[in-house]
Amino acid sequence: MAKKPVQFRLNGSEKAVFVDEGQNLLDVLRRGVGDLTPKYGCGQGTCGTCTVLIDGEPHLSCLTLAETIDGRQVSTTAGLARGSELHPLQAAFMDGFAAQCGYCTPGMLMAASALLERNPDPSREDIVEAISGNICRCTGYEPIINAILAAAKAGGARRYG
Amino acid sequence: MSIEFRKEYFADERDDNLNEVGKPTQRQDALGHVTGRSPYFDDHLFDGLLHIRCVRSPHHHARIRRIDTSEAERMPGVVRIITGKDVPHNLNTLLSLLDFGLDDEPLLSDKKVAYKGEPVAAVVAETERAARDAVAKVRVDWEELPAVFDVEDAVKPGAPVVNEVYPKNLFVYHGRYDHQKLRYGDVEAGFRQADRIIEGRYQMSPIEQAPTETCGAIAAPETNDRYVVYTSTQALFFSLDTTSKLLKTPSNRLHFIGGTVGGGFGGKVDSLHEPMAVLGTMLTGRPCKYIFDREEEMQVGAPRGAERWYLKDGVMNDGRIVARKFVGYFDSGAYTRLSSYAIIKGVGHLPGPYTIPNVYADVYCVFTNRTPATAMRGFGITGVDFAIEAHMDKVAHEVGLDPIELRILNAYRDGDMKAHRRLAKNTALIECCQVAAEKAKWPLSQAASQASSLRDGGGERGRLPAHTATDQNGLVSGFTAQSYAKKSRATQPSATPPPQMARHESAPVTPRVEQPRPQPVQPASAPPPPPAATEQRHTRFSSISGLRRR
Repeated sequence: MAKKPVQFRLNGSEKAVFVDEGQNLLDVLRRGVGDLTPKYGCGQGTCGTCTVLIDGEPHLSCLTLAETIDGRQVSTTAGLARGSELHPLQAAFMDGFAAQCGYCTPGMLMAASALLERNPDPSREDIVEAISGNICRCTGYEPIINAILAAAKAGGARRYG
Repeated sequence: MSIEFRKEYFADERDDNLNEVGKPTQRQDALGHVTGRSPYFDDHLFDGLLHIRCVRSPHHHARIRRIDTSEAERMPGVVRIITGKDVPHNLNTLLSLLDFGLDDEPLLSDKKVAYKGEPVAAVVAETERAARDAVAKVRVDWEELPAVFDVEDAVKPGAPVVNEVYPKNLFVYHGRYDHQKLRYGDVEAGFRQADRIIEGRYQMSPIEQAPTETCGAIAAPETNDRYVVYTSTQALFFSLDTTSKLLKTPSNRLHFIGGTVGGGFGGKVDSLHEPMAVLGTMLTGRPCKYIFDREEEMQVGAPRGAERWYLKDGVMNDGRIVARKFVGYFDSGAYTRLSSYAIIKGVGHLPGPYTIPNVYADVYCVFTNRTPATAMRGFGITGVDFAIEAHMDKVAHEVGLDPIELRILNAYRDGDMKAHRRLAKNTALIECCQVAAEKAKWPLSQAASQASSLRDGGGERGRLPAHTATDQNGLVSGFTAQSYAKKSRATQPSATPPPQMARHESAPVTPRVEQPRPQPVQPASAPPPPPAATEQRHTRFSSISGLRRR
């Protein structure tokens, strides 16, 4: 099968990989460049746990053809913290017990960070709408919504590489 | 907030000078979760990883005439195809590790399938795509059999035999009974004494745990002829021991690493993936991953089993329940997994958090051609609690009482004797009802709002029934306890002829006189003497099989 070269920026770093025809972005991120923060939950675009940002917009990496990201910017949970300093969303998720098993957390954080980027002062309804594509089976969502509200109050909007 | 509420109600019972309990404490894995660094099983990368996918039955019940893998073997990327004959000990039941139940489920069936989606072969291939393509090329010659999906149909004479280890489609308890019994007092006498009889039938559906991370495991060769296994299991030692048993491999050659589970809710105890991944690695010498895709997780992953309950209450006009009879059917699906245990747990819970002097239960673990059921969040309790509480509402409606008042009236209190013959302590149903009523602004009578779990219990309510009606209904013969721990499995499974189940339908009811339980005595100044050193240490028996450790 023909491989195709793809160059993109991942959390600010240049990446160059060869991808298979039809290979999805989730697989390229996890096995191609070793960023294990996006998770496989369904492979069919229904659970949101593989959510990443492409040029700042949330996308489901399991449904994104890897070759389409050539020349674009991809952000994942691996790029949220600045060194050992947590992003306000990460700190709020910890303080608010918004992560239990943790499996949906990277996708939730990406969906929430995209929201705070475009709307630094979201209402509760805005938050519910923003994470409506992300399934959590542990928390019942309330701690997550509250954590995102708390992060917004703490100045959660911040630009990414 | 909830902590303060507990202090208020149990101030005289509990010492709250605790260092950690009652204070928020950060989860030790929270930092890993929010940074995406928590190591789930699939976050371990291996060069040359192979992918396993199973060939699954399209039928609910069918005999396997022939499995033809020749075309699949020639597909690009296929490394190996595994069938039942490759599994060293291809019959297991999860709780055999506790000496509970007979081995009844193959890892890969080669004779017959008993549920839709049951695996009959596994393809090991270079990529997931290649494995999927090859699965489609495995030809299985099926002989479809009649299937049964309803628990009560499954126990009728002449029903299709789902699970040949249990030819009447009923799990056998303690090698003796086709159901789990609870006998406490005499319900028939209670019904005669009651002002009215109120009956109900309650049915729940199976429920899928639907964890965000699907079930799976990766195995890889390790140094010193060992295998390392990364797994999503919730029950690491179940998975380790099950793998050891199925693959006839000493557990010290299996290095299991788990602990980070992407949601389980009970659905990750069945230990189906670890043995398959290790077997793939044994047969190919390469790292192997076996993971459910989402469709398999939903269709094949074992759910909370459905339960059907019949409740019959003898009720006085003032709302006191004087007798309660249960007949329950657990839908275990095609194999036992954990349903037998769920019933033991559930029967210990009957008749719910109420003090009822006469209680009776017959609970059947039934095999049907549905997906095998397993653990899920309080399984064995939640289903019957749904039935009990729905029935309490029905009773309240029929006797014209407020449903919360009815619960407070019948609630167990400290010192009451429960149907499983232990004294109730730290009861709090009354307080729970009072708080719920207060929060819902639901008016309660003065008597109900002043009731307390700490008062008016015990005494007459703490005594065992003067007599308990017992019977031999559902007695079966031909089942001798098979014990994995006793190493008697060499004679099982194929060497033994299928057990015959003889039922004695209506054995006479004989009263059983119980001695009141003596009040617990204060510990004497000297501790009891240790058991004699010469005492023979018998093979380990688990208390869930009804036998105690000796």
